[in-house]
Amino acid sequence: MTGNALLQIALYLAVLLGLAWPLGAYMARVYAGRPCGLDRLLGPVERCLYRLCGLDADREMDWKAYVASLMAFTGFSILLLYLQQRLQAVLPLNPDGLAAVAPDLALNTAVSFSTNTNWQAYGGETTMSYLTQMLGLTSHNFLSAAAGMAVLAALIRGLSRRETQNLGNFWKDLTRSTLYVLLPLSVVLALLLVWQGVPQTFQGAATATLLEPTDYDSPVKDASGAPVLDAAGKAQTEPATMTEQTIARGPVASQVAIKQLGTNGGGFFNVNSAHPFENPTPLSNFLELLSILLLPAALCITFGIMVADRRQGAAVLAAMAVIFVVLLGACVVAEQAGNPALTRLGADQAAAEGARAQAGGNMEGKEVRFGIAGSTLWATATTAASNGSVNAMHDSFTPLGGLVPMLLMQLGEVVFGGVGSGLYGMLVFAVVAVFVAGLMVGRTPEYLGKKIEPFEMKMASLVILIPPFLVLMATAWAVLVPSAKAAVANPGIHGFSEILYAFSSMANNNGSAFAGLSANAPFYDLVGAACMFLGRFWLAVPVLAIAGSLGAKRIVPQGPGTLPTHTPLFVGLLVAVVLVVGALTFIPALALGPVAEHLAMIGR
Amino acid sequence: MFSEALRQCRPAFLMLVVLTLLTGGAYPVVMTGLAGLLFPDQAGGSLVEKNGQVVGSALIGQPFAEAAHFQGRPSATAPKPYDASASSGSNLGPTNPDFLDAAAGRAAALRRDNGDGPVPVELVTASGSGLDPHISPAAAYYQVPRVARATGLDPAVVRDLVARHVAGRQLGVLGESRVNVLALNLALDALAGQERK
Repeated sequence: MTGNALLQIALYLAVLLGLAWPLGAYMARVYAGRPCGLDRLLGPVERCLYRLCGLDADREMDWKAYVASLMAFTGFSILLLYLQQRLQAVLPLNPDGLAAVAPDLALNTAVSFSTNTNWQAYGGETTMSYLTQMLGLTSHNFLSAAAGMAVLAALIRGLSRRETQNLGNFWKDLTRSTLYVLLPLSVVLALLLVWQGVPQTFQGAATATLLEPTDYDSPVKDASGAPVLDAAGKAQTEPATMTEQTIARGPVASQVAIKQLGTNGGGFFNVNSAHPFENPTPLSNFLELLSILLLPAALCITFGIMVADRRQGAAVLAAMAVIFVVLLGACVVAEQAGNPALTRLGADQAAAEGARAQAGGNMEGKEVRFGIAGSTLWATATTAASNGSVNAMHDSFTPLGGLVPMLLMQLGEVVFGGVGSGLYGMLVFAVVAVFVAGLMVGRTPEYLGKKIEPFEMKMASLVILIPPFLVLMATAWAVLVPSAKAAVANPGIHGFSEILYAFSSMANNNGSAFAGLSANAPFYDLVGAACMFLGRFWLAVPVLAIAGSLGAKRIVPQGPGTLPTHTPLFVGLLVAVVLVVGALTFIPALALGPVAEHLAMIGR
Repeated sequence: MFSEALRQCRPAFLMLVVLTLLTGGAYPVVMTGLAGLLFPDQAGGSLVEKNGQVVGSALIGQPFAEAAHFQGRPSATAPKPYDASASSGSNLGPTNPDFLDAAAGRAAALRRDNGDGPVPVELVTASGSGLDPHISPAAAYYQVPRVARATGLDPAVVRDLVARHVAGRQLGVLGESRVNVLALNLALDALAGQERK
């Protein structure tokens, strides 16, 4: 690891934690309904929204009403987004004349964006019209994130209140998350990104005359537009020359801002934040990186304030940070070490400073302006959070460098995790941790003064076991289906890693990919949509059930046998539970994929 | 719970429509207006003009193969290299024989044109976007002798030109030092044109 890499990582963590504190305190005011400053400006808008929708925002809901609201909202989201894509050809704001999206792909995308996954089986600039990108995708980046924050707010109220069925009002939490948190942050970030060079325009693609006319092999197509194959079954090509470059652009900055902040990750362009228009400079990279973890980290602080014990929030945040830093270190070292096969070809992979500076390391699929430090920091952050945006191609990472993002998703997206969903997942792990500690000393476990009983443990087990079950079953199914196996781009062991990564990503609502996999095929579109839906709602529903059950309990006074949950001991226990559950579940699969490939790479 | 869900359908639909118009309609439209007002050049894609003609974007790379130009990174967009309407990486894994063959071919071609010596790694590996506008200073200096020979310029002049196009780490810390290949080649063309006159 180079000195500059250490410096960039240290700066990143310092700014992240420095901003998480005030933002977390601000959000605690937002969810407690107290004055937060922005309500003077946006309060009328908020009240107008409630009036338009005929809502009594002060009516509190029990956990079942909360679930019903969440499901009704998501049901309509999926339906509307599906229809928008199917009808985009006849709707306005389609300057490049894109056709309607195919049914299986439209369903996959609708579920993907409504569940905060933002798995993208399509190439943005060639598939989605400006209207679909804005009114469909940008808006769901806000709303799916806000829904996750609302569920978290309900869980925290369940933990902090006593002897009540009331968990708050879903519509109020949804609206306030959007209006007071996501929207203002997005406006600021989008303007900063435009300043750095991200386009924001409704004009169609620009055409530039190339400095050098360039020859390329153009595929031969028959009258119907299908590619012509030669005797060996490969696509025939003919020499052609291009003199112009078509430069796709659009309202990019507004979408990039919220896809980073809302742990969404669905980019405007096919290659996401590796595209120079989504992420033009090292500074834009730093700002986007910061946005990935900002809200998940700040929500830990919010949690601490709302349960009236800031140490509790700090302990959860510390557990997340410990796992993050350790895995980040592994990823940086693996990528900076580079690919031994390239060294044998005479490539210079050593990092160098001074006049002849270069980043060195494994640069396949990475951009020069980010180098190794900027790319690995991103890969780790985007999979620690359930963001899933990329600024380098994870498929081309070294085997161990690619193992890190895969493992972070498989841990259940609780190391920071999604906006809202990450912390509610981690709090479920905290419940399991106190349960394990209770077993060791033979006492009834408690968390924040609430007794943890069989009902909570059953629900917590569901939350922890469903995503691994989905990942492993779907992967096993895919390697048995010939058409699904044929979708891999890389031969051998790496092909298995591509499939494992795909379902780790979808079932945990991450959305990043080993993108060589041709994921726009009916098998992946439909099985993936099912995984994303179950991975989101089979977790949100048990979490709300826990919230309802805990909220109804009374607070047990602390005794000498109570396990304090703000100490380094508890942080260690929490980290151990997360790692042990993840490791026991996934080590066999990881051994078949990245670990085997690493041994093959260094053994040759 | 089912009857509760039915009762929530009306607010669910209305909230979805209203919040969609706010976050998917008003927000991007207002941002487009503000961006055009505050940063018109960046908002339109940072286009570069030469003699009144658009010759590219300052942020998007272009294919260069002539000996008299600095070459950028290999691009994996297909079938056209540096296709800025269909960005793509190679997505080839580190042990894929296709990747190693392609890298070997690139290394051999670079050696043939630039002499024997270690090749900076980013010149044999495809970028993530297929549109990377930059190469490292190491990769630019590596090509100076060839470019000087092909243009007939003094190597010291070309080296000086490269030095003036190196952008350091942003704020001294962030990212990596880099050279914008399109900007460098535009300056190189202007310089070579002057010499010829």
